[in-house]
Amino acid sequence: MDSKPNSFRTQPDERGHFGDYGGRYVAETLMPLVLELERAYRAAQADPAFKAQFDDLLEHYVGRPSPLYFAERLTEALGGAQVWFKRDELNHTGAHKINNCIGQILLAIRMGKTRIIAETGAGQHGVATATVCARFGLPCVIYMGAEDIRRQQPNVFRMKLLGAEIVPVTSGRGTLKDAMNEGLRDWVANVHDTFYIIGTAAGPHPYPEMVRDFQSVIGKEARQQMQDRVGRLPDLLVACIGGGSNALGLFHPFLDDPEVKMLGVEAAGHGLDGDEHAASLLGGFPGVLHGNKTYLLQDEDGQITEGHSISAGLDYPGIGPEHAWLKESGRVEYTAVIDDEALEAFQLLCRTEGIIPALEPAHAIAAVQKRAKEMDRDAIILANLCGRGDKDIFTVAEKLGVEI
Amino acid sequence: MTDRLSTAFSAPRPALVCFVTAGDGDTAANLDALVAGGADVIELGMPFTDPMADGPAIQAANIRSLGAGTTTADVFAIAAAFRARHPVVPLVLMGYANPMVRRGPDWFADQCAAAGVDGVICVDIPPEEDDALGPQLRAKGVAPIRLATPTTDAARLPRVLEGSEGFLYYVSVAGITGQQQAAQGSIEEAVARLKSATDLPVAVGFGVRTPEQAEAIAKVADGVVVGSALVELVGEHCGDAPQHLRALTAALAEAVHTAR
Ligand SMILES: Cc1ncc(COP(=O)(O)O)c(C=O)c1O
Repeated sequence: MDSKPNSFRTQPDERGHFGDYGGRYVAETLMPLVLELERAYRAAQADPAFKAQFDDLLEHYVGRPSPLYFAERLTEALGGAQVWFKRDELNHTGAHKINNCIGQILLAIRMGKTRIIAETGAGQHGVATATVCARFGLPCVIYMGAEDIRRQQPNVFRMKLLGAEIVPVTSGRGTLKDAMNEGLRDWVANVHDTFYIIGTAAGPHPYPEMVRDFQSVIGKEARQQMQDRVGRLPDLLVACIGGGSNALGLFHPFLDDPEVKMLGVEAAGHGLDGDEHAASLLGGFPGVLHGNKTYLLQDEDGQITEGHSISAGLDYPGIGPEHAWLKESGRVEYTAVIDDEALEAFQLLCRTEGIIPALEPAHAIAAVQKRAKEMDRDAIILANLCGRGDKDIFTVAEKLGVEI
Repeated sequence: MTDRLSTAFSAPRPALVCFVTAGDGDTAANLDALVAGGADVIELGMPFTDPMADGPAIQAANIRSLGAGTTTADVFAIAAAFRARHPVVPLVLMGYANPMVRRGPDWFADQCAAAGVDGVICVDIPPEEDDALGPQLRAKGVAPIRLATPTTDAARLPRVLEGSEGFLYYVSVAGITGQQQAAQGSIEEAVARLKSATDLPVAVGFGVRTPEQAEAIAKVADGVVVGSALVELVGEHCGDAPQHLRALTAALAEAVHTAR
């Protein structure tokens, strides 16, 4: 990109492209469906009743707006910029994922679909999907990698309690990308009645745009809350990135505020020098997977390699296409944090603020830890606390060598 | 180069199109067995880690192939060697976008042309994203072969046909490879609809396993594609696969060639 666009908030174009990225790279069987979904989404966007229903459910069912919280003791401990959190971990089901699921299930119902499928990694999106399916009385099938099922037992049980059918996926290494493949296979075979609720801002157009829009409630609220509380916008936004939905949800409403800098935090696993990480932007190359062109972890022949992260919600080998574009346009800066740093930040937040974060936002907190020290004391960092850590206590205990 | 394809489909009898995955077993021997059995067109699968449109049989073949270390260079070496042994049998690559565009579409199109590949079926590049590979293939005389499916309605069909070359591949079921077969009636209706919209030959695949099914389809279509049933033989018989492939291909070819 040689010249700066007038606005960073007008993507994608009518073909679903964010610059070079995004698009609709799907099998012909799905193509008419994807086009129909786009038409339905445009109609819903233009319908005040859709927005009213979405807002009502977010307020009374999810518990929005989520608080904006000044983390006083963490700020003191870091000795630099003020650290504020957008508390999306307080949402019903414990993460930001439900914002998107509410939007998509309302759309599914509008389209007359009677069966819902989804993929899940950490299980948060699976739980959120199972939750909205229970709420609206629709049958729900969740594809989940066998390895993730092992790592995320509490969420597996939650989904079952909510009435979802869990299908273990053993192909590949049994993680999120394999679950997404299986979701797509189900969808092509059941196009007539099935709606696929994708859990992050990736997949074929219009998913990246639609998921971003539903998640943008995070940034819209935060913008207003910041204005109300401190009378100005934050200096730096920080969010972790798996597929990129919580980050886009926070960032997007601020993209045209040039004074607000943004930092997306990928999972560096055991380190970016080896293969054991999940940093698609920093350690991957552009390619095509799961319906969109974006940065991917892949080898020189274009075979997809498996990501690694201590956090099951971040080990996806791709990333939403809008992030690929935001990276290349220079609007958002991206960094990565290793497992051990995330683990340390996890514990720091527990002890300084009495908040047990999910391992995903623990990556954002680790990045905040580094940045805050380099910034003035009157500077403001706003980080997305996009999930709570109940689901992760077993993983953390294991890492810390504690038996529970 | 696409002459080989048009010749294969201009024969007075329907064509048998046979699929195996490159790098799964002794691919050269497997391909020779298909030709010896009477296959008219060879579809060579490029292995991919994430074959989203494939059922368990072809998924397993992809895993076996990649597990054996198959690279893109190996796929083109297999294709080029096939071309040297079989100068007139059309060879089509089938696979997914990412391995095809990894080194750029021009690179891929050049390699296809150099290896004597006649056409490319890319599952996840629909007409809407044709820019990603189509122009480069056409410029090199390699046919971009498109898929039409039960969900491709009349309004959309012209879009699919625009820029399609070689033949039109009708995916007879909305689903993945190797699962159930579509009802014969729906295939007949669809083929008639497609043929009234294009002069390209129409080949029908997905779910065709037996000579009986192949014969019924060959009564109406220009070609019949068989994949999973062959790939399963490779998985089951390893080193002995060629003789089994040849036997099944011969039975399929007999059924297809004499259907009308
Ligand atoms: C709490 C939490 N945060 C973040 C993510 C990563 O997804 P995204 O990057 O789409 O926000 C997940 C995914 O499961 C999650 O559960």
